[in-house]
Amino acid sequence: MANESHFRIRRQDGPDARPYWEEFKMPYAPAHNVVSALMYLREHPVNAAGKKVAPVVWDSNCMEEVCGACSMLINGTPRQACATLIDDLDQPIVLEPLTKFPAVRDLLVDRCKMFNALMKVKAWIPLDHTQDVHLHAPLIGPGEQAVRYIFSRCMTCGCCMEVCPQYHQDSEFVGPAPLGQANLHNSHPTGKFFKQDRLHALMGVGGIADCGNAQNCVQVCPKDIPLTDAIAELGRRTTGQWFRDLFAR
Amino acid sequence: MADQRIIVIGGGLGGLWAALRMAEAGVHVDIFSLFPVKRSHSCCAQGGINAVLDTKGQEDSIEQHIVDTIKGGDYLSEQPPIKTMCEAAPGIIRTYDRMGVTFSRTPEGIMDQRLFGGVKKRRTAFAGATTGQQLLYAADEQVRYHESEQKVTKYEDWEFLSVVLDGEGVCRGITAMNLHDMKVHAFRSDAVILATGGLGLIYGQSTMSTNSTGAAAARVYQQGAKFANGEFVQFHPTAMKGHDKNRLMSEACRGEGGRIWVPSEKGDTREPREIPQEERFYFLEDWYPTYGNTVPRDVASRAIVRVTRHMGLGLNGQDVVYLDLSHHPREFLEQRLGGILEMYTTFSGEDPYTGPMKIFPATHYSMGGVLVDYAKDEQTGGMQKVHPRNHVTTIPGLYACGECDSGYHGANRLGANSLLSATFSGQIAGAAAAAYLKSLKKSAADLDEKYFESERTRQEVINQELLSPNGTENPFALHRELGEAMREHVFVERSNAGLDKALVTIKELKERSRNIHLDDQGTWNNQSLSWARQVQDMIVLAEVIAKGARLRDECRGSHYKAEFELKVPEGKFEGDPEYEEYRAEWKANNKEWMKLTVATHTEDGPRIDYKPFDASILAPEKPRDYR
Repeated sequence: MANESHFRIRRQDGPDARPYWEEFKMPYAPAHNVVSALMYLREHPVNAAGKKVAPVVWDSNCMEEVCGACSMLINGTPRQACATLIDDLDQPIVLEPLTKFPAVRDLLVDRCKMFNALMKVKAWIPLDHTQDVHLHAPLIGPGEQAVRYIFSRCMTCGCCMEVCPQYHQDSEFVGPAPLGQANLHNSHPTGKFFKQDRLHALMGVGGIADCGNAQNCVQVCPKDIPLTDAIAELGRRTTGQWFRDLFAR
Repeated sequence: MADQRIIVIGGGLGGLWAALRMAEAGVHVDIFSLFPVKRSHSCCAQGGINAVLDTKGQEDSIEQHIVDTIKGGDYLSEQPPIKTMCEAAPGIIRTYDRMGVTFSRTPEGIMDQRLFGGVKKRRTAFAGATTGQQLLYAADEQVRYHESEQKVTKYEDWEFLSVVLDGEGVCRGITAMNLHDMKVHAFRSDAVILATGGLGLIYGQSTMSTNSTGAAAARVYQQGAKFANGEFVQFHPTAMKGHDKNRLMSEACRGEGGRIWVPSEKGDTREPREIPQEERFYFLEDWYPTYGNTVPRDVASRAIVRVTRHMGLGLNGQDVVYLDLSHHPREFLEQRLGGILEMYTTFSGEDPYTGPMKIFPATHYSMGGVLVDYAKDEQTGGMQKVHPRNHVTTIPGLYACGECDSGYHGANRLGANSLLSATFSGQIAGAAAAAYLKSLKKSAADLDEKYFESERTRQEVINQELLSPNGTENPFALHRELGEAMREHVFVERSNAGLDKALVTIKELKERSRNIHLDDQGTWNNQSLSWARQVQDMIVLAEVIAKGARLRDECRGSHYKAEFELKVPEGKFEGDPEYEEYRAEWKANNKEWMKLTVATHTEDGPRIDYKPFDASILAPEKPRDYR
């Protein structure tokens, strides 16, 4: 085991600044993850050439792979930095920001487009109000619940967007994760009352037709969400909706 | 009068619920958050949310939920709000169900419930082992729905810096910093709701998210809001240690039959599975046969520390014990606890399905917080559901809800009561603020600009001082030292000698934090600047915690000082003369100490007073006893 960990980090001082590479070394200690290493470097912000520099900027919060904040490219793969152990990585460890979202600074990007997409696909069940109405939702069997649960763990981290060939900064495509959420709400016994609204949202510009079926999304999802199943289902449903709309004219 | 607006600081479960209630009342809401609200710390809650649904044939009752919560908190809480919260719990679960939360189900499709600590009934509804994430997302979706109808506006990547007070000391707005261009702005608001979560980062490593610093609460405290019960910090018994944080292994592990043990023999280095049953010491089951592994968190944490530090039975002499689920079939575990066991495997490289996990207590939750009021309903003995006094801080117009407030949990919180109190207090605070707005005679929009401009300037000056090239102290190092002192002296076991040391260290750190040097002196997305401000504020709250602990000469809930322990006579129970003697001593101690700690900020540090409270629902007749 090497007695130090070696990082190569793609930095950028601001959205319009030129990116550059900077290398850092830190003493080896077992059980570090990428974020805990960045925390060490932020307290000791000296690059490999021995020059004191501004600490690297990145995003993180929960540190246990449930909040979705710390997505970045680690040795070329989009993943959660908090759940990536240094001991499992080849060195030098190359850290880069996600490329499909506007750069803010260093490893930090602006993913607000994902939350806007959740709004576009109406990923909610519109309640009349949130006071108690003394009723539960209809019963849901454990099998159905298990399928819905997998989708409800999507943390809007953006890894699936990063690898999607159809998704980029200027595209209208909502991307895989919001499609998964639209399908999740369509599958709920009362959420399905609003299925048409969601399907219509996905039949327009940037909707389901923009998916190129590359199937990269499922391969990088840190929560193993079967996004392509949802996309296939939505494809069938939107086609059905298209015909229903046609005959309803 | 101009249109009224409300600002909510923080978009976790408490803040989102407050926003929902106000949006539904027709008031426009601006939510300020350090990050996209969907990434809030509520998503880390794992095991579930308590509500009496009584679907398990155990004759559970709301009365029992109230009693368990009061006793779990060692009688140190206003009781009327607890009553109303427990009564509201089943309705809250039904609403989450309507919102589409993927609660785990029985074969019949009914919401399942599991056992949690400090309780004998299966009362905890759950969604796998990521319940907080599921509830947060459901609330987030509802807020987004209102956002799509322009009833809610989000300011994400903004940091709350201070409240703006008018000439009469009423809260009329806030100042906040845009975390991209680092500029400070003032915002007018007719009421402000603080929903900024916990303060675990004061302890360095904790189970909390990296943004749970308590800085926002510290800021309003320094502006005059009183802070209650700071010394009551929960140490969760089962967490795995890490450089960056201690990762929580849900109490659901114990609720689902997890057993805590160490080898009976000191220095036994065998692999755990090679140690036969009779050579294992299941100390919780031994010491508390009635509740066993599901004793409350404070009791379990103390027992673990006793085993490792006083009996020397920690694994390899270290602060580590086993939490064992490996007697359960894999399929059962995957279904009930998959999310967290996956996390354990990721971070430890070990398989919790075939061998025990290695755990130790870690800082987890603050029972204390910004002091909030409530209006009692004299008819029911609970709290009035809509009243402008509910959840208001000692600053008029400023409300607090969720973990940053001081309600509901007394000296120790029961597991799965936090998702409940975050939801409930958010709802109540939102309704209270909306009611308060109706009583206002003038709008914040009409207030003289000078109040906003002078506060904005004061905050800009703090930034400029921190960004000046003078100074020598590294804010990240200061934080590390603060955490070390807190973990050493203000942890599970405390002593007055240790707390005195902590207070000296905190004072030194406070002095040094006025001389910070930033390695980043830029004005674009400068995380070091934001962090430096938070470190200064964490040190202020650390002093509140340590001083409250130093002055409270008793043991209650999570606060334990061996020198003041009233020992339960071993093997004696109600009716035995020795036990009755102990009970009399316990009652005498309650007379002196059953009161809330109230900290007031002064330039020389916190001034501590005590406040009596309403214990009209369950008088302290029975000491907590989980044997």
